[in-house]
Amino acid sequence: MKRGASGGPRLGRRGFLAAASSSAALFVIPFRLGATETAGAAGFTANAFLRLDAKGVVVLSLPKTEMGQSVYTAIAMLVAEELEVGVGTIAVELPDGEEGRFGEVTQETGGSTSIRETFFPVRQAAADMRASLVGAAAAGWGVAAKDCTASDGRVVHAASGREAHFGALASAAAARPPAMDTQLKDSSKFAVIGKPTPRLDSRLKVMGEAIYGIDVVLPGMKIGAIAQCPAFGGRLESTDRQAALAVAGVVEIVVLTDAVAVIADHYWAAKKGLDALAPVWTSAAEPDLDQARIEGEYAAAAATGKGFGAEGTTSLADVADGLASAHSKFSADYQQPFLAHAPMEPGNCVLHLHNGELEIWTGTQIPADARAAAAGAAGLPVEKVKLRNQLMGGGFGRRLEPDFIVRAVEVAKSCPYPLKLIWSREEDMQHDMYRPYYHDRVEAAVDAEGLPVAIFHRIAGSSIMARLYGDEFDGVDSDAVDGAAVTPYKLPRHRVEFVRHETLVPTSWWRGVGGARSAFVVESFVDELARNAKADPLIYRRRLLESDRARAVLDLVAEKARWTQDPGKDRARGVSIIHLWNTFMAQVVEVGRSDDGVRVERVIVAVDCGQPVNPLGIEAQIEGGVIFGLSAALSGEITIADGRVEQSNFHDYTVFRMTDAPRIDIHIVDSTAEVGGLGEPPVAAVMPALANAVCALTGKRIRRLPILKTLAV
Amino acid sequence: MDRTLTINGKLHNVDVDPDTPLLWVLRDILHLTGTKFGCGSGLCGACTVHVGGEARFACQTAIEEVGSDEVVTIEAAHTLAVGQRVQLAWINTDVVQCGYCQPGQIMRAIALLQKNPNPSDADIRDGMAPNICRCGCYPRIHAAVRVAAETAQ
Ligand code: FES
Ligand code: FES
Repeated sequence: MKRGASGGPRLGRRGFLAAASSSAALFVIPFRLGATETAGAAGFTANAFLRLDAKGVVVLSLPKTEMGQSVYTAIAMLVAEELEVGVGTIAVELPDGEEGRFGEVTQETGGSTSIRETFFPVRQAAADMRASLVGAAAAGWGVAAKDCTASDGRVVHAASGREAHFGALASAAAARPPAMDTQLKDSSKFAVIGKPTPRLDSRLKVMGEAIYGIDVVLPGMKIGAIAQCPAFGGRLESTDRQAALAVAGVVEIVVLTDAVAVIADHYWAAKKGLDALAPVWTSAAEPDLDQARIEGEYAAAAATGKGFGAEGTTSLADVADGLASAHSKFSADYQQPFLAHAPMEPGNCVLHLHNGELEIWTGTQIPADARAAAAGAAGLPVEKVKLRNQLMGGGFGRRLEPDFIVRAVEVAKSCPYPLKLIWSREEDMQHDMYRPYYHDRVEAAVDAEGLPVAIFHRIAGSSIMARLYGDEFDGVDSDAVDGAAVTPYKLPRHRVEFVRHETLVPTSWWRGVGGARSAFVVESFVDELARNAKADPLIYRRRLLESDRARAVLDLVAEKARWTQDPGKDRARGVSIIHLWNTFMAQVVEVGRSDDGVRVERVIVAVDCGQPVNPLGIEAQIEGGVIFGLSAALSGEITIADGRVEQSNFHDYTVFRMTDAPRIDIHIVDSTAEVGGLGEPPVAAVMPALANAVCALTGKRIRRLPILKTLAV
Repeated sequence: MDRTLTINGKLHNVDVDPDTPLLWVLRDILHLTGTKFGCGSGLCGACTVHVGGEARFACQTAIEEVGSDEVVTIEAAHTLAVGQRVQLAWINTDVVQCGYCQPGQIMRAIALLQKNPNPSDADIRDGMAPNICRCGCYPRIHAAVRVAAETAQ
């Protein structure tokens, strides 16, 4: 080992940290996960979100979970702004799934809601805390509170030169009636919000010290590998128990009706035990379920299935009228495949079921629901379940479902010791809850200028909303039609219908949710209308856009992409625009030719997400979302054969690598408008922009994803 | 079977089957959990460590192949001169998102720069290609490798 072969000083960890802080000033205080103590007499609990611990550290307890989206940094910034403390001095506590603890703010992390939901409540909590501390200081000094100010973690009375650290005011503040409804800062006074702020959790993650669910180690813990029936609705038929028990390190075999787990001293022994166990499974409940059948069923549903009209769209009679009377008509069908989430951290759960109590250590986007589901599976009252939420190695919607936690509880019922159950990548991919397969059929009538006079859009797909929330959805999945029923365009006689159809393939949320599904269809179809009208697709869109903010992001992206200039030989561009999750976003994707069809060269993004909180975080979300969407649109696809998923790992479910990633340029519009979401929009906007660019390059309209497969046929 | 491994400058005795991948010895026996499990098949690079100065997939390296070669994991990356520069560049470039792939990315980048202190853009792209980041941090990973290379000059 040629350690230090390239020369230079070798510093220990302390030295490293000192070097880092001197050159970067990033290590104000290491991001602290979890409270080191509970609020006690010495501290000051201001409200559900904020307290000062006994050492005077501001502890932020958050109902939103961190899966990479930088939500802790952004929300800590909201606190820093109103409380007048440095962002880096705030310690963050992970949510634990106590229902109702944060009032109106839910404990669910998804749908690009985290900043939108917390923007006012967290600032209010911080402003109230500041008011309490200022009040306590003023009372102690016998001066008027209005003559005191807070800054940098202290209260200052400028006239007398007195000042006190927040920590020193904790008990006095705790003894006072809590401040309420404190006036929030005007956006013109923001000193933190809107400023590029480095992530608080960088150091932890870069040093390899961050603990994810899969890293939790408990004394006496055993490790399990799980295999579940690969065919939907099938069961376990037989195993070779003796062979598995003969593997060194194997301690237990847990048999369920449709799954089996081998528990061992370490994962490799468990996995070898699982191989030796050689489980034999029955065939699927529907052995003939395959891709062709599924696609046929959805095509039929889109064509003739009973649809329900989305709220706010026109009546069947009205749209039929419009279609009948038009100058010319045009229709197109679009297909979007099942997709796996494939977060880098595969499914896992650490748990200990003992003395009528269940403790769980895992990363979940839904701590409250997960806790309830685990209690149900364990047959325990929910108070007997403790959930210790962990950092997540990616979520993308996968950790919005408690299925893997429930499965782990079923296994743990046979285990008196703490257990870590790990899904192999193959298990994770074959037992995902997939982005639904969708078939959309769009019919439009256009006038002599090629502008739409009537549009009839039917969406056939699985309904996640109906599975989760039942009949209140009245036939229309409000998520699936998001971005289709309401678009950024002025569309006369526009009807959107949803046709629910289910197969045995389990479905759930996937980054971009319904809006991304709709955006691909709407933005592809508008592009087709523009081309049919022999119009420039960007100018055509501009004519139809409803709002000034939408036109502004489209104009910005056009300028930055030099839309009017020729992209050059063997290059082409595609455009898209969305207004979803309270965010306006336009993208231009530039593609070139490569061996396997196309290569993404460059993506230009213009975004108006209202008041930006952390521009560095916004750019990261956009870069990540663009790459996530490009990857899926080019090659992402889960297919079904013999009642089971065909793909199993990153060799047959390929994802973007460094060699695929394009240059991404991001332009954020200055705004003080209501805050918009950012996790989903880049995924939604990039997929159609890419498909439109590929069409401009190859002449082949992409009506079916993934693109490389469509280009190959 | 008992064998002795040199990991991050320390000797460890472990008693496991010779085919046990280094990854699980690190994670489950020595509790060095900074090295991550992503695919178990040499497809994602989450488990990248250095064995005898080379970047290796720990999930594909049986313990019997390690022999007396020194193993360095993310926990000791800062003890390598290039490692410090890379980690600092990662922080200053605000690279991480979920962070799960980053120990592997960082170990890969260190090995790349140890061999090729002045990589071209294509060298960086090809050199980092074995490592997947599902959060899509690639633009910043690329930028950080460049920064780390330049701070050495
Ligand atoms: S876990 Fe080793 S390469 Fe993926
Ligand atoms: S930072 Fe999440 S996978 Fe790379």
